[in-house]
Amino acid sequence: MAMAGSEIERMIKQAFPEAQVTVVDLAGDGDHYGARITSEAFIGKSRVQQHQMVYEALKGQMGGALHALALETIVPKS
Amino acid sequence: MNGIAFASQKSGQVSIEEESMSATTSERIKGIIASGDVVLFMKGVPAAPQCGFSAAVVQILSGLGVPYKSVDVLSDPLVREGIKEFSNWPTIPQLYVKGEFLGGSDIVREMFQAGELATLLSDKGIATAAA
Repeated sequence: MAMAGSEIERMIKQAFPEAQVTVVDLAGDGDHYGARITSEAFIGKSRVQQHQMVYEALKGQMGGALHALALETIVPKS
Repeated sequence: MNGIAFASQKSGQVSIEEESMSATTSERIKGIIASGDVVLFMKGVPAAPQCGFSAAVVQILSGLGVPYKSVDVLSDPLVREGIKEFSNWPTIPQLYVKGEFLGGSDIVREMFQAGELATLLSDKGIATAAA
């Protein structure tokens, strides 16, 4: 079962309202996505923590309905 | 690391069929992580990875010439589900260095490309061919 890119973007933006979010369908098959998220919420967090925050926002879809999501989390330059 | 059935461990009746990870599986996972300096939980084996993300991490570790222990989660369903809960990380592969969860394929690739992975390994006293 796949997930729409717009739905991924919506869930991430819901959890990180001030973030810049870009979701790309990498393979064009609705099953392999890449997401780049720039958010102040990542300040002071390790990479693992940053990715965990995004997975949390996806509420268990990751690893289930969402098979592949390459993540890039970015701390905004002040 | 929540949901581990420590409470029921006392009774000695922990079932491996419990919905959350059993204490037995948790102990096994801890043992696996402690069994090597660099431990990779992956799908398949290094010579034949069963997933592109696992293959990418294998390629990076091989490229660095770092010895590592691999665990094929496809051959062990309890570890496959248990490690996700243990690390609070929903996907495989997962890389551990000296007992510490380093990340999945995205983080390992980012660290490798930035040269941070080789630095971290040498800081931890793990020899790499590239160092």
